[in-house]
Amino acid sequence: MSTLLIAEQVLNGLQLGVTLFLMAAGLTLVFGVMGLINLAHGSLYMIGAFCCAFVSVETGSFFLGLLAGMAGAAVAGALLEMVVMQRLYARDHLDQVLATFALILIASEGTRWVFGDVPLFLDVPEAFSGTIELIGGLTYSKYRLLIIFVGLLVALGLYWLIARTRLGMRIRAGESDREMIAALGVNIRLVYTIVFALGAALAGLAGSMVGALSSVQVGMGEPVLILAFVVIVIGGIGSVKGALIGALLVGLVDTLGRVFLPSFFQLFMNNSDATTLGSSLASMAIYVVMAIVLAVRPQGLFPATGTSSA
Amino acid sequence: MTDSAQPILEIKNLSKRFGAVQASDHVSLSVLPGRLHALIGPNGAGKSTLIGQISGFLTPDEGQIILKDRNVTHLSAERRVHMGLGRSFQVSNLLLEWSARRNVMLAVQARQGGSFRFFKNVWKDQALRSAAEAALQMVGLQDRADIRALELSHGERRQLEFACALALEPSLLVLDEPMAGLGPEGTAAMTAFLEDLKHTIPILLVEHDMDAVFRLADDISVLVYGKIIANGSPEDIRQSASVQEAYLGSSSDAA
Amino acid sequence: MSRESRVSLVVLVGLPVAAFIAHISGETYIINLLTRMTVLGLAGIGLNFALGYGGMVSFGHAAFFGLGAYVTGIAAFHAFDDSLFATVPFELASTNQMLQIWLIALLLAGLLALLIGFISLRTSGVYFIMITLAFAQMLYYFAISWPTYGGEDGLSIYLRNEFPGVQTDKAFSFFLLCFAILLLVLLLCWRFVNARFGAALQGARMNALRLSSIGIAPFPVKLTAFVISAMIVALAGALFAELNGFVSPTSLSWHMSGELIIFVILGGVGRLVGPLIGAIVFVLLETYLGGLTDRWQFFLGLILLATVLFANGGIMGLIGGRTRHD
Repeated sequence: MSTLLIAEQVLNGLQLGVTLFLMAAGLTLVFGVMGLINLAHGSLYMIGAFCCAFVSVETGSFFLGLLAGMAGAAVAGALLEMVVMQRLYARDHLDQVLATFALILIASEGTRWVFGDVPLFLDVPEAFSGTIELIGGLTYSKYRLLIIFVGLLVALGLYWLIARTRLGMRIRAGESDREMIAALGVNIRLVYTIVFALGAALAGLAGSMVGALSSVQVGMGEPVLILAFVVIVIGGIGSVKGALIGALLVGLVDTLGRVFLPSFFQLFMNNSDATTLGSSLASMAIYVVMAIVLAVRPQGLFPATGTSSA
Repeated sequence: MTDSAQPILEIKNLSKRFGAVQASDHVSLSVLPGRLHALIGPNGAGKSTLIGQISGFLTPDEGQIILKDRNVTHLSAERRVHMGLGRSFQVSNLLLEWSARRNVMLAVQARQGGSFRFFKNVWKDQALRSAAEAALQMVGLQDRADIRALELSHGERRQLEFACALALEPSLLVLDEPMAGLGPEGTAAMTAFLEDLKHTIPILLVEHDMDAVFRLADDISVLVYGKIIANGSPEDIRQSASVQEAYLGSSSDAA
Repeated sequence: MSRESRVSLVVLVGLPVAAFIAHISGETYIINLLTRMTVLGLAGIGLNFALGYGGMVSFGHAAFFGLGAYVTGIAAFHAFDDSLFATVPFELASTNQMLQIWLIALLLAGLLALLIGFISLRTSGVYFIMITLAFAQMLYYFAISWPTYGGEDGLSIYLRNEFPGVQTDKAFSFFLLCFAILLLVLLLCWRFVNARFGAALQGARMNALRLSSIGIAPFPVKLTAFVISAMIVALAGALFAELNGFVSPTSLSWHMSGELIIFVILGGVGRLVGPLIGAIVFVLLETYLGGLTDRWQFFLGLILLATVLFANGGIMGLIGGRTRHD
């Protein structure tokens, strides 16, 4: 097993990790600030991807598409928040799960209605197609590198937003004490809508960028959503830092597991059995990691202070 | 405190720290049979933390809790209940959707065991019903037995909690501010009730109402900043200069 | 008799009567539809035991449903070519007897639930929801990537397995078998709920602190209920596989977990027969709405959303009146 292969797979793991982070950040913020568990977050990812695909094809510009993906998801998120989610904040988790599950059905079938069953294909922009040579003879897809770069940039941006801005201050206040912030006269409804739309925009960004790697189709958000859940459970629900670390961990474990577990089993089994067993176990690896983390720390790696004590 | 009787509850050197706050600082006290021991102290003195450790919801950093000669420091809350530790909560803690009777019946069930019996109808179980009836009678709630806890008044909920605690036939009761929120009449009734009760069941009482405390208590411990600063008969405590200074002087008129 | 009991009775009598009428008029399709309602209702009742009575919002009960289905499928797979069902830890001959298959399914589901419950019940609230979901996904991905038993394509059951004294391949006989099991499970659940165990379980749901403070540890009570619930759902999964003659990874998917919750909510949480009513309504929607438009799930979503937002208490809550508390 060459170091080049390992390096390449680590980069793939990072790319999956930052994509998951974009999803998980929104989920964890929405849970931390509003106490809402939102299964329909995957639908926002899908809506973003469809907006991006549509605008890219119409205008011929991937970057306009990317903006459209973010904007479309943000608008959909804001609408969703104002029409449905606000009624759910005070409800128990069961109602939230069910209502947002219903939203998935509506969003998926609705999208199928508009765009049909055939997947759309998005082209990677000219400037980022092909590979680039990195240090030590490693060549790697430019576009995937772009995704990693954008993801890390967003992570930095979020850190700055939450730690340094007025909005971030309100988000942090909302996390620790919802009534208090309302009493201080901050328009908490508006803060909630903004937070939700922000999370949606990040999901839309992730959907748009990944859409160009694979394809844009109904149901694309669901596997990512569940991985994002694993991420925030590992990281500690409500914590953006936990989401980043959890996302990178899950991305790396999943990617490296799929590549290396089969060859690991080949050391002492015949080829086809090893491939089967290895890939079966690899698909379970992140869940095993999650179970271990929770067995040791039931509140995840970085329990958010405001919500865990309640 | 030279009584030769074996204490029901003995706390030795209990300490608990939360970050920078020393919530319990080498606390020792004991509750003797037939007596009511009151624990008083200003807000934030660490009374709740102490009760949490005694009932088993918090683990002390050091020290021991001895219940009826057995070291229970590391036993679960549920085990301590089975060994005879009954308690009431500051904020009532009931199954609000259920009737008063059902609430008490569940407590009787807890004492009798058999929570893993799957077939016999529990609501028609005479063994549970008659014991529950007796406990409700003891607190004077027999006429309200079929009212949901949700619909009971604040004072009645307090009584119901007592009925549940008594249904467990405890050998010691730990009461966390039983007078809180009761009006003058309720407080008087509760005081009279406890005055009777303490002869059959020894009580550790945490209470802010000083009139009630001085009427009921046989022994008093004063807790300030996690430390017992005084310990003795009500007369001793009334006269203790350190208590006057730390506590009584400032809050007796407020209470 | 309370209104809830009357509604329940109407449903429990109506279902076999409808099946009988369909039987004498030769409508096999209708019988199979009624069987589908019965089996899915059974699964819902199983979930309701944990969710409605124990307050455990499991979003991963598809794991048990799919497990029951796969045990059935795998048994049939081996019975078909007479190979061994299992070689580790001991050799187990293949069987086409439902009773033996169910025994294995119940046992495995119980063990799995013990494991999942043991880890998940250490947490609560949203963590519990997500962890149960994640465990079910783990099984789902395992089923997909394990090619021996069909991988993504699933497994066909060519011949329905056998049950002593019942012609299982006849639609009406099979309906009666499923319905009898439903009644038996309902009876058991009703006894459990109203026994000391049920009292402790409901106490744990309403106020775990209260339970601890009277000396009953909530954890073992909840874990036991979780295991019982999983076993009922696994049995339903086994019957579902027999009914369809097919097992697919879909039975392990999170959509399945979601649908099970839908049965419970549509019918009314914590009502014994509620999930059956939920399943009946669901199958009716699926069949008749699905017959009108391919996009029926869009409307299902709207109905569901409206139910959650505006009709708390489900169908039983609307027609069955308030729950009784004596």
